[in-house]
Amino acid sequence: MAETTQAEAAPTEPQARHVIYCGVCTLPPEYCEFGGTAKKCKEWLEKTHPDMHERLYSEEAITASLSTLSVDAQKRAEKDAKKKEAKAAAAESREKEAREQAMVYIKRVERNKRKYVTAVSGLEAHGMDLKKVAKEFGKKFATGSSVTKTASGGEEIVVQGDNSDDIFDWVVDVGGVPEDNVECIEDKKKKSAG
Amino acid sequence: MFKKDISAGAKSKVKSSVQRAIRTKIVETYPLLAPHIDEIIPKKSQLDLLKLPDRVSLYALDNTPLFWQHMDDPIIPHLRVIHQFPQCFPRIGIDRGAIRFVLSGATLMAPGLTSAGGRLPDEGGQLKEGDIAVIEAEGKEEACLVGQLRMGTEDIKEKKKGVVMDTGHYLGDGLWKLNID
Repeated sequence: MAETTQAEAAPTEPQARHVIYCGVCTLPPEYCEFGGTAKKCKEWLEKTHPDMHERLYSEEAITASLSTLSVDAQKRAEKDAKKKEAKAAAAESREKEAREQAMVYIKRVERNKRKYVTAVSGLEAHGMDLKKVAKEFGKKFATGSSVTKTASGGEEIVVQGDNSDDIFDWVVDVGGVPEDNVECIEDKKKKSAG
Repeated sequence: MFKKDISAGAKSKVKSSVQRAIRTKIVETYPLLAPHIDEIIPKKSQLDLLKLPDRVSLYALDNTPLFWQHMDDPIIPHLRVIHQFPQCFPRIGIDRGAIRFVLSGATLMAPGLTSAGGRLPDEGGQLKEGDIAVIEAEGKEEACLVGQLRMGTEDIKEKKKGVVMDTGHYLGDGLWKLNID
């Protein structure tokens, strides 16, 4: 039985070509030179797929690819590539900096004497999808958890119940946010009429 | 079309009858793909439909995007699918100088195809306006762009000017980088 199924499966099976994609810019490696991170891509390829690296970056391949362009076009392309690379590098460093500065605030808001809600804001700056994280919190703590718009125009996650310590741990461990960038705030609602 | 990074909207399961219709539609559009369709979309699989901005719907299987469609335009395969079965699609080639423009999302213009490095089909395999074409690049193995032609290949040869493809899916665009999970 097993034999017959195998025999049948064999011809229909692997016809899809397996294509290697660059681990840095996700393009097929031959297109890395247009991606803006050419240098990093080259290093990556050399490390992970040395045979392919040899084929793509050999002397002949480079001269062959360059000879088809006029000198003028070559120069322009080179200039363009450099500009793109600089842009990509700048964007990366800027993003890193923004990430380092971005704070996550975990706010405990008193709702009703002994009842609290926990509001978490600032997660989106660390590349998290608020909706998904909210769902995760809801599952983890078995409480209601939702994404709400704040008065200042941003969005925050509101979790029912006082989960500030647990959320702090989650943000640091799972979310990968440095501990210094997370702050717990206690917010007591002042009620004028008791 | 996907110049900006995009994020997927709601994800929903495709009805099996609709999935069958999609399969036949794909085979109809790309007859050469018929022997491989079972490998791309197995009969018993469950496709997902994702809504993308600009009325584009994306069909995905197990979190790998397979095909996308703008409103009721023809279904267009994702470039990763094309890389797996390059021989199943009508292909034309562009010269080296055009690659960097294509990869930054410019509209594809006729001179990139008619110059020495470009490649257009001969008499037999002419493509008409509105056909889906896969664009390959001179000196490269993999395809870099796919989309709907704005001009028939015969016209391109004749006029050697003008827009050939203005909305397509190219390497490194929003759809390529789209991460669904």
